[in-house]
Amino acid sequence: MGDIVSSTVFEPWTDPQAEPLIRFRNVTKRFGSFTAIDDLTLDIYEKEFFALLGPSGCGKTTMMRMLAGFENPTEGSIELAGRDIANVPPNKRAVNMMFQSYALFPHLNIWDNIAFGLRRDKMPKVDLEARVEEMLKLTRLEKFAKRKPHQISGGQRQRVALARSLAKAPKLLLLDEPLGALDKKLRQDTQFELMDIQEKTGTTFVIVTHDQEEAMTVASRVAVMDEGHLMQVATPDRIYENPESVYVADFIGDVNIIQGRASAVGGETYSIDWAEGQGQLTATSATSFDNGQTCHLAIRPEKVTITADRPEVADNVVQGRVHDIAYLGNLSTYHVELPNGTIIKAQTANTRRISRRSFTWEDPVWLSWTATAGVLLAN
Amino acid sequence: MRRAVLIAIPYAWLLALFLVPFGIVLKISLSDTAIAIPPYVPTLDLAEGWAGFRAFLSELDFENFVWLTEDDLYWKAYLSSLKIALISTIFTLLVGYPMAYGMARAPEEWRPTLMMLVILPFWTSFLIRVYAWMGILSNEGFLNQALLWLGVIGEPLALLNTNTAVYIGIVYTYLPFMILPIYAALDRLDGSLIEAAEDLGCSRLQAFWLVTIPLSRPGIIAGSFLVFIPVLGEFVIPSLLGGSGTLMIGKVLWEEFFSNRDWPVASAVAVVLLLILVIPIVLFQRNQQKQAEAEQ
Repeated sequence: MGDIVSSTVFEPWTDPQAEPLIRFRNVTKRFGSFTAIDDLTLDIYEKEFFALLGPSGCGKTTMMRMLAGFENPTEGSIELAGRDIANVPPNKRAVNMMFQSYALFPHLNIWDNIAFGLRRDKMPKVDLEARVEEMLKLTRLEKFAKRKPHQISGGQRQRVALARSLAKAPKLLLLDEPLGALDKKLRQDTQFELMDIQEKTGTTFVIVTHDQEEAMTVASRVAVMDEGHLMQVATPDRIYENPESVYVADFIGDVNIIQGRASAVGGETYSIDWAEGQGQLTATSATSFDNGQTCHLAIRPEKVTITADRPEVADNVVQGRVHDIAYLGNLSTYHVELPNGTIIKAQTANTRRISRRSFTWEDPVWLSWTATAGVLLAN
Repeated sequence: MRRAVLIAIPYAWLLALFLVPFGIVLKISLSDTAIAIPPYVPTLDLAEGWAGFRAFLSELDFENFVWLTEDDLYWKAYLSSLKIALISTIFTLLVGYPMAYGMARAPEEWRPTLMMLVILPFWTSFLIRVYAWMGILSNEGFLNQALLWLGVIGEPLALLNTNTAVYIGIVYTYLPFMILPIYAALDRLDGSLIEAAEDLGCSRLQAFWLVTIPLSRPGIIAGSFLVFIPVLGEFVIPSLLGGSGTLMIGKVLWEEFFSNRDWPVASAVAVVLLLILVIPIVLFQRNQQKQAEAEQ
């Protein structure tokens, strides 16, 4: 599917002709004996909204700081628009950063904060004023121009930080956990605002976050990182539906991991021998497995169907009892305990009122899923 | 009730240890000198009651304050004190700021040690430390010996008993008062602000001027006042390290009091000094208050 380049869908990473804006080539970064980034190669394209996702300490912030110029790679090179930027100091890079703490200058008002970078460029007064007003308008901050940072709310401060980092029209904007300090509701609104602004300005955004939902919502592509390595780089839907490893499957969203031994049945279909006294499971996989090879079947709870009676036609069926119910309002996740003690999660939408719920604790239930519902992973 | 007591304690303290003594000094400054014990008249005789009090009041006058304006020694001494206080405050700032900056930038585990080194001199008597400077700065002192030995100078520099020695002594003595508030301001400075400034196009130096200096301003102001105010009335350093050419109001006051035994004029000098000091003290308080408000 890599060779089909659609003219309407934004997918420069599938186009072999496309020149990446940022190119990490075998980048390694060590702090003393600690290796933060380990031989990492990555291309990021113009106009992308690229998310670096991972737990704290995975190296995502180091990647961002190397792009901003606050750290230099120990080995390898980083190119921005075809130029090696290793020895270019932060103030000479067409890269701006929005800091996690926002880093607004407390002694300057909002207007002067936004104008700060433009003044360093010796921009003519008329143009400078027009640009600041434009930024204030873009982030809906016109009313607060004369206030000091400590006189506005957290959400407004976040927008000032964004306006300030966008004011110089950088080629690349770095966002370090930009929404971390906001409460959930405001965060969701702001995510869409960010996407909107990214589209309007056409700037390439690289966002660092540990919040997988945030990464999935805003990004055109997500890079999942762990211990200085890229685990997978793909669009949000591919990361979710086609994780390449148990780590990625487990990190993004909720998942059931069933470990077993694969044996080929024919074509891309495998049967999985996974527990004594349990029937074999069936799954399809594009990657091939040797007979008897250890494999992990990763299956999302929402793809597991829960029924009171044994379904007549199903590729995979197991029986168990409801051990626990996590009620989330719109959804319910049932934790079903199989006779051998394994817990499998199944999620259903609560289309009916809770009083009419079909299952309750200790009810015997059947779980079923299709052969294509899960992903078969080697490790 | 409890609140009233709590508020009363500092006010009682202020009344007993500042306002009452000041009242006494003010009273003496309005009296006339006399060869007596105490060496001034009038003295209040409470035995004569109201009439005695009226007689006492009628003898008070502003003669001594008028005298201060007539003899140019006094206003010259005030001006010279202001000049010395101002210059030494600037020198202390120039020496203290880099030290405070270095401390704030030092690795976390070094900071308590550096802080200790700044405070350590306070463990010995101030007087002994000033005497030590006499040993260092005199013609046969360590400094001249060292410079002669190095061949930097051909003959000893006359340092002791000059204004230079006074400046050295003041900068040395008051340095911690400058360093500590500036360090406190710099320590609180968020490092990402400097990175943000660089990210937005500042060189290191520009970031320092545009972000570090403005944000450490409250510390600079506090430190400067903490040096300026006591130096203005400083007596020990100019009398030990300064020479005949060093004119400072603290020294004049001491001489009026102990050499001339003219208590009323000495008191008048003290009252005027206090009035001069009120201005920087008020400004200092304002700075502290503004800072406290900004932190809320």
